[in-house]
Amino acid sequence: MDLAAQLPTLLGLAWLVPLASFIAILFFGPRMGPHGRNAAWVATAAIVTSLVLSLAAFVAWLAVHPVKAVHHGGHGEAHAADHADAGHGDSHHDDHGEHAEHAAPPAYSGDWYTLYEGGRLKLSIGWYIDSLTVLMFVVVTFIATCIHVYASGYMHDELHDVTDHEVHLSSGGHLHRPGRFPRFFQALSLFCFSMLGILIAGNLAMVFVFWELVGICSWFLIGFYYERKSASTAANKAFIVNRVGDFGMLIGLMALWGALGTLQFADATTTAADGTTVTTPGLFSLVRPAEAGHALRVPDGMVTFAAADEVATIAAEKAADPGAAAAEIAGRVPGWREQGFGGWLLFIAGLGIFCGCVGKSAQFPLFVWLPDAMEGPTPVSALVHSATMVAAGVYLVGRFFPVLTPDALLVIAYTGGITLFIAATIALVANDIKRVLAYSTVSQLGYMMLALGVGGWVAGLFHLVTHAFFKSLLFLCSGSVIHACHTNDMRKMGGLAKVMPYTAGAMLVGCLAIIGAGVPFVIGLSGYYSKDSILAQALSFAQANPRHAILYYAVAGGAFLTAFYMFRLWFMTFAGSPRDHHVADHAHESPAVMVSPLIVLSVLSVVAGWTLPGGFGVANLIEQSRPAGTVETATGGFVFGQALTLPAEYLSHEGAIHVTATMTAFGTALAGVLVAAAMYLWRIVSPDVIATLFRPVYSFLAGRWYFDELYHALFVLPALGVARFASWIDKGIIDNLINGLAWAARQLAGIDAWIDRTLVDGLVNATAGATWNAGLGLKKLQTGRLRQYVMFIAVGTVALFVLASMLFRSSFAG
Amino acid sequence: MTSLLGSMPLPGGLFAMGLFTEPVSVAHYLVVGAILFTSGIACMAVKRNALGVLMGIELVLNGANVNFVAFASPYLQAEGGRGLGLDGQAIALFVILLAAAEAAVALAITLNFYNNHATVDVDRADDLKG
Repeated sequence: MDLAAQLPTLLGLAWLVPLASFIAILFFGPRMGPHGRNAAWVATAAIVTSLVLSLAAFVAWLAVHPVKAVHHGGHGEAHAADHADAGHGDSHHDDHGEHAEHAAPPAYSGDWYTLYEGGRLKLSIGWYIDSLTVLMFVVVTFIATCIHVYASGYMHDELHDVTDHEVHLSSGGHLHRPGRFPRFFQALSLFCFSMLGILIAGNLAMVFVFWELVGICSWFLIGFYYERKSASTAANKAFIVNRVGDFGMLIGLMALWGALGTLQFADATTTAADGTTVTTPGLFSLVRPAEAGHALRVPDGMVTFAAADEVATIAAEKAADPGAAAAEIAGRVPGWREQGFGGWLLFIAGLGIFCGCVGKSAQFPLFVWLPDAMEGPTPVSALVHSATMVAAGVYLVGRFFPVLTPDALLVIAYTGGITLFIAATIALVANDIKRVLAYSTVSQLGYMMLALGVGGWVAGLFHLVTHAFFKSLLFLCSGSVIHACHTNDMRKMGGLAKVMPYTAGAMLVGCLAIIGAGVPFVIGLSGYYSKDSILAQALSFAQANPRHAILYYAVAGGAFLTAFYMFRLWFMTFAGSPRDHHVADHAHESPAVMVSPLIVLSVLSVVAGWTLPGGFGVANLIEQSRPAGTVETATGGFVFGQALTLPAEYLSHEGAIHVTATMTAFGTALAGVLVAAAMYLWRIVSPDVIATLFRPVYSFLAGRWYFDELYHALFVLPALGVARFASWIDKGIIDNLINGLAWAARQLAGIDAWIDRTLVDGLVNATAGATWNAGLGLKKLQTGRLRQYVMFIAVGTVALFVLASMLFRSSFAG
Repeated sequence: MTSLLGSMPLPGGLFAMGLFTEPVSVAHYLVVGAILFTSGIACMAVKRNALGVLMGIELVLNGANVNFVAFASPYLQAEGGRGLGLDGQAIALFVILLAAAEAAVALAITLNFYNNHATVDVDRADDLKG
């Protein structure tokens, strides 16, 4: 059984096991032990199974594609070596020639099941597996496992009836409801299934399906305490804001499918009936064809799609000979491509897909949902913010990277830059411990997007992986703190390091990891490596494109801000003396089931970035899957009027750039920590004084740049206005019309009723009355006296006889 | 005898019709039937005793029977011998039969009435008064 058969089996099973758990808990959850206690075991067992299968796939991958240090410089021997045995199976490159760096990365793709195939439309459930997929499977299932274990402790309140003190009933009391323990794990399982589906998806349509599934799962989980107004609003907000991004994604999907007719990532090889193999090119090889050295090229489909007028003209001229027309069109495609036909379409397609990622990965301007998503239980925040939902956007940009034009990448870079700066500034003044972490997440996602945008494909995805570890660690630590203090407000905490040593230590590791602490050029925590590579790539990009140097300053400034707000959080929470004795007396270390995931994640936050001697490390593993044609420096782009240079990533690892970037990262991080310590640990400068001095800036940041208010004014209020207008039309016009019709009908009915009552009823009543009166009169004859009757008969007979003889005398008497 | 009878007003009329002077004919029977009938009607009209009323009914029926028999009798036909018609006699028998059945029912009603009201006075039997 070779790798091409093993990987889909292992990862496919790893993907489906959480679905099985979801279905099991959905139907039998409440019956799993008292109050569904065992649902946690089912879900955890499922995700552990996934983890084991993913690890098996990981090992299988490493056995065939050993991770080695990559030495660049135009030789690409390492790539050649890596790819030496990647030619079998579904791997979609067939020659590894002397230009090995131009070869496609080892990847396996195929379809499990074709949902529909007709014309150009093919919808299938398939896989696209490269080292990034395998790595992300391990990361996601590992973090999800930690979170499952943690949540089985954290959610124990839900095992019995819950009195929700944040829900005030109109009767004055608090909401009392049954616990929802199984329901939580049910949604968690579905969430894992959806996220793994995005990771393994072999085409964009499948990505989109699981994309939406992730969205609905986040809605379930953020709105877990749906009786709280804030939670249900936050859930709706997350879902609706994501829909905005998904709309853009739909546009991108349509652009790709309309012009290229396929949504498959990789080439598909099918064997026709006559034994010949037919290769259907996927998106990657359409945009970066192997015969063009995997350089980015607008695909023929998009060129002819954009030049539809010219195509129609040629087709009309040579209507008699379709073959000649087709040949003519094919011959002119390169010329049209030179003229720029189709370039916009590719740009729009890339931006459209990125739009979806903006929503899902909480980028400017759609980041507003993520801080509100803190309304969910803390394990959900950890899962949403580290390994699953927000990672999906970055992952998709990374997966889709070969199709993105330099212009689209520039947009992505600026979006990331703006996001990281805005979010970091808001995090400076936030007082809710989870909100600080939420804005920190947004900021770090901005880092990743910026890194991808400036050509740092490995840097961005490397940071995605390391961030997944330390951000889930930070969230679980904050959950532990909240669990102990029963408050989110950092101003009421302080001095917790004494009572919660493990949590404090784990959180310190997380903070150090996120700021990229380390001994320069020697060793560091995971964030040290990933952040340095981002900084280096941004610097490299800034040097190649001096007009966009601001991106580098954003990254460097962001590093300073990150260090400041993370240590502000740590100092406020754990250092010093307790500010609120009520909280401090109550605090306690969390149970072992919650602390053990913290320790595991701490260890990984430290080591995830390391590269072992021999080259084994996350960065080099990701490097294996580097999209073909992105190794070397590339130039391109026309949308913004000037060609862009995307410097090769290996350039940023060497020489002056690396030194400058590392020193900048170290300097800014150290400065941030020192400032935070000066303000919150040594109290040399009072934060309140600074807040007073810069009152407008402080309120602007505390007001979160007034984005919520802005969107409220820009979108919510107009929407409400339109709704009111529609309501007015409904009530004022339609209702009045209907009421008028009803009134008219009533009047008509009144007349009808009068006619009925007066004329018809009168006639009937008069008849009845006459009959009645006749009966009353005739009753008097019925005397009941027998002898009188005899008299009547006798007299009557005689009278009749007399009458008859008088009237009919002639005929009677003849 | 003749003058005595002739001085009486009603029989005087009958004399005028020649009833007492002519041989017995249908007309004589008709007179007897009419007297029976009239007596029966009068009996029904004046008797308060239900049994008396029943007797009146018998008189009325038999007055009619006399007429039937008279009309049917071949000996009373002026021309004579027009045939052996027994129609009248048959109807008379039928009427007798009917009268017997009717008397049985009527006596049963009377008996019941007596049981309920302890009287057979028809003036008291006004339960069906309108």
